[in-house]
Amino acid sequence: MIYQEEHLELQRSVKKFVDNEINPHVEEWEEAGIFPAHELFAKMGKQGWLGINKPEEYGGLGLDYTFQLAFAEAIDNIQCGSLPMAIGVQTDMATPALAAHGSDELRKEFLAPAIAGEQVACIGVSEPGAGSDVAAIRTTARRDGDDYVINGGKMWITNGTQADWMCMLAVTGDSNESPWKNKSLIVVPLDSKGVTIARKLDKLGMRSSDTAQLFFEDVRVPVRYRIGEEGMGFILQMLQFQEERLWGAATSMTGMDRAIEATIEYTRERKTFGQPIIDNQSVHFRLAELKTEVEALRSMVYRAGRDYADGNDVTMLASMAKLKGGRLMREVTDSCLQYYGGMGFMNETPITRAFRDGRLMSIGGGAYEIMLGIICKFMDILPKRK
Amino acid sequence: MKLMVSVKRVVDYNVRIQVKPDGSGVVTDGVKMSMNPFDEIAMEEALRIKEAGNAEEIIAVTIGEQKAQEQLRTALAMGADRAIHVEVDEDIQPLTAARVLKALADKEQPGMVLLGKQAIDDDQGQTGQMLAALWDRPQATFASKVDLDGQKAKVTREVDAGLETIEVDLPAVVTTDLRLNEPRYVKLPDIMKAKKKPIDTTSLADLGVEAAPGLKVTNTAPPPERQGGKKVESVDELVSELKNRGLI
Ligand SMILES: Cc1cc2nc3c(=O)[nH]c(=O)nc-3n(C[C@H](O)[C@H](O)[C@H](O)COP(=O)(O)OP(=O)(O)OC[C@H]3O[C@@H](n4cnc5c(N)ncnc54)[C@H](O)[C@@H]3O)c2cc1C
Repeated sequence: MIYQEEHLELQRSVKKFVDNEINPHVEEWEEAGIFPAHELFAKMGKQGWLGINKPEEYGGLGLDYTFQLAFAEAIDNIQCGSLPMAIGVQTDMATPALAAHGSDELRKEFLAPAIAGEQVACIGVSEPGAGSDVAAIRTTARRDGDDYVINGGKMWITNGTQADWMCMLAVTGDSNESPWKNKSLIVVPLDSKGVTIARKLDKLGMRSSDTAQLFFEDVRVPVRYRIGEEGMGFILQMLQFQEERLWGAATSMTGMDRAIEATIEYTRERKTFGQPIIDNQSVHFRLAELKTEVEALRSMVYRAGRDYADGNDVTMLASMAKLKGGRLMREVTDSCLQYYGGMGFMNETPITRAFRDGRLMSIGGGAYEIMLGIICKFMDILPKRK
Repeated sequence: MKLMVSVKRVVDYNVRIQVKPDGSGVVTDGVKMSMNPFDEIAMEEALRIKEAGNAEEIIAVTIGEQKAQEQLRTALAMGADRAIHVEVDEDIQPLTAARVLKALADKEQPGMVLLGKQAIDDDQGQTGQMLAALWDRPQATFASKVDLDGQKAKVTREVDAGLETIEVDLPAVVTTDLRLNEPRYVKLPDIMKAKKKPIDTTSLADLGVEAAPGLKVTNTAPPPERQGGKKVESVDELVSELKNRGLI
């Protein structure tokens, strides 16, 4: 167990907050297709939860990553996938690179308000023409004096209609340079001239999370808004993905436990052929199997979390956890939905939302094939490109 | 003035209680345990009194097994200044708890002892009243509002007929009702600080308290399973149904 008493205390207070301040509103937010990010993040910022493992100079708590993991598991008590995802964008997807490599000035201007929950952040990597193949993005940031001038577009951006700023990956170098060395991460304030939030996208699941397409036309930002060295963007983003992928896995487990619990309850009550559904061996064995898988995933996530807290690169384990978590979400929610029968097809049953939301994890933050590719690289079995 | 708040470790209110097969009690192994919700309200009230400048120190007390220190840590994270753990492995009866709190009140001389009006494990609701009697101090039970005024406290109580406001001289015993306040969410920095706050451990023997032998649990049984309901069309039908079943 990587959690001490303080981790558990943190989880208790997060759970209570979720029960009182979030879960009562989830239905309404799912219906509306959006949640009030500024209002909610301000409340969470006050609790210190948006900067758990961020530096104290910028309002963070400077705690090790295991506390962030404990937070992730507890925040997954939210009865939908959208909110944990949106919160993760703020804490583990749009801000890790800024926290680790941003200049002092940049961190004061953008990290501190994100930690305080005064500003909402988003991460802009994917584009209409490039998702899996991150190196193929085409949005450019050309230097003009002390500014970058940005042109292009970003797609499927979580928090995209409400965010104050984007951590954007853009091409800052020449197109004939190595695609891994010609990009930079840049903080782009979204109230800048030339930014258009084109549309809020209609989705299968994750419905209370706003997902947007954004266009950038001659958007000027100062060069000092760049995170780290010019040309290091791709590498920094790959490092930043470790936290994104761990977050994904860490916010799947509590939800799967909940789905299994709910299914046990339902199948105990519901009878067919004179006996509770759960008394069929195929059903109770299957649920035991799934529970075992969730615990195995949890062990992997804890191991990755411990290693990461100790300062190690966990790209391989994080990719494995995301791969396994994504697959397991589909298995668990599909099996559970099945045991609900017709009720499992009704939107009033929570399992339908878990089924829809859970589908994303095998796609977002890198499709499972991309995870497999990364793992292959570590195993040195990926064919070299000719 | 010092405030003393008692907190009890109980099965979390969200847990579906299961009775042990032998009827000796309810299952607590591997079950989520929490601070009794009414005690959390008492803790919150103490914090508000202190934050308003009307108290200097808050002492949280628990009586129970080693693991009950978790609840003391919660109290310290909420903002108690220090904690006392009276370590006892057996189930604690209200009279024993009252005797312990009396012994601690003699030692600490608090201006007010705050307790939950009852603990949600066996809902006895007696400790506060017994403490007031043993300590020979005024009691204001089921408080839904507490105002301090020098050496007095004005307390609104929730009673069957409505609300009753009384004035008590301090030191006094106050037990808290659900609507007194909404306890805060513990902030993570405070959780980390709580680690450094002291917990004193003591025992019944150290305090010279004898456990009360008064009550013995002979059997614990789950409530009868709910029978299938029936929808009725009108009040008349309802009345005749109730009559048929001999319920009215
Ligand atoms: C709800 C939602 C929220 C999102 N939020 C964000 C966000 O905030 N920020 C952001 O930058 N992006 C975000 N994304 C985008 C997401 O990261 C991409 O959709 C994802 O990386 C996949 O890229 P793609 O859609 O372009 O798929 P493509 O790259 O077109 O791939 C399509 C499919 O092809 C297969 N495939 C691709 N490459 C390979 C390969 N090498 N080997 C085998 N099979 C392969 C996979 O099955 C893959 O799913 C979000 C997406 C969704 C749906």
